[in-house]
Amino acid sequence: MRLQISTRLAIFAALELTASEGRQLSVADIGEKYGVSSHHLAKVMHVMGRAGLVRSVRGAGGGYQFAGNPRRTTLLDVAQLFEELSSVEHDSGAADATPEDLALREVLNEIDDIARATLGSITIATMRKLVDRRGSSSGLRSKTDPPGRRVQSRL
Amino acid sequence: MAIAAKAHAATTATAVRVRRVRAADIPQVIGLDTRVTKLAKAEYWNDVFRRYGKQRLRERFFLVAEGCTDGANSHVLGFIIGEVRAWEFGSTPCGWVFALSVEPEMRLQSVATELFEAISNEFKKAGVGKMRTMVARDAHLPMLFFRSEGMMAGPYIQLEKDLD
Repeated sequence: MRLQISTRLAIFAALELTASEGRQLSVADIGEKYGVSSHHLAKVMHVMGRAGLVRSVRGAGGGYQFAGNPRRTTLLDVAQLFEELSSVEHDSGAADATPEDLALREVLNEIDDIARATLGSITIATMRKLVDRRGSSSGLRSKTDPPGRRVQSRL
Repeated sequence: MAIAAKAHAATTATAVRVRRVRAADIPQVIGLDTRVTKLAKAEYWNDVFRRYGKQRLRERFFLVAEGCTDGANSHVLGFIIGEVRAWEFGSTPCGWVFALSVEPEMRLQSVATELFEAISNEFKKAGVGKMRTMVARDAHLPMLFFRSEGMMAGPYIQLEKDLD
């Protein structure tokens, strides 16, 4: 399964903003880490803001904060802001659908259902644990590690 | 005997102790399950107790989380049940969790985590290095919980068929 670039950026931004309690970052800070333009990321953050997942903080040192509950916000909540992930009916009720069409649609719907269930079962908080575990097992520092945070296996 | 007596007194209002189930707990287990599932099945739970609370205890684990609110009174806040199974579906021995329930008003207080960690330790002591469970796709809360404990999709796909 492939995710749109906007979806990936939104997930990375959510991970960045939840790396520590109340963390606040500018679009430029996040964009720099992931090598994406602030313009593109600003659009992504705008969509997330409209959905109530982030809030902008004005003034000096302003930026974005995560506004959702990381233990309840799933990857599906983020992804469906940017992608069509609902189960596509594929015109299964069309009068001219052949048995082959119907059989193939049944298989494709099964794939869609599994993808949705997987994305809907992983919260931002769980993703943070996965990121930390990957960092610990590989000894690599995650892009979302806040400054000063060190990977356990390197201590 | 306490299996994981790691109380979270600092973070939860109620100290939690995880231990093996006793016969006296079964009415509370039935009550909890009935409140959660809206379906009373006393016969089923009595049978589960006979099989998982009394037999082959080195590989079967029926654990309850007990809340001790005032040092004297205690009650069942949740339970978890699992067993070590071998060679089903070609799998090497692994731990299977087939039931987990927590009193609704006690959720988000680490009761399920205590139960999960306790049965994980029992599986490890029994010599297995993997644990599995199965969750309905639309069972949002248990799915989020098991995922948060690090469980990922395994190498099997569950298949089924309507029998005409």
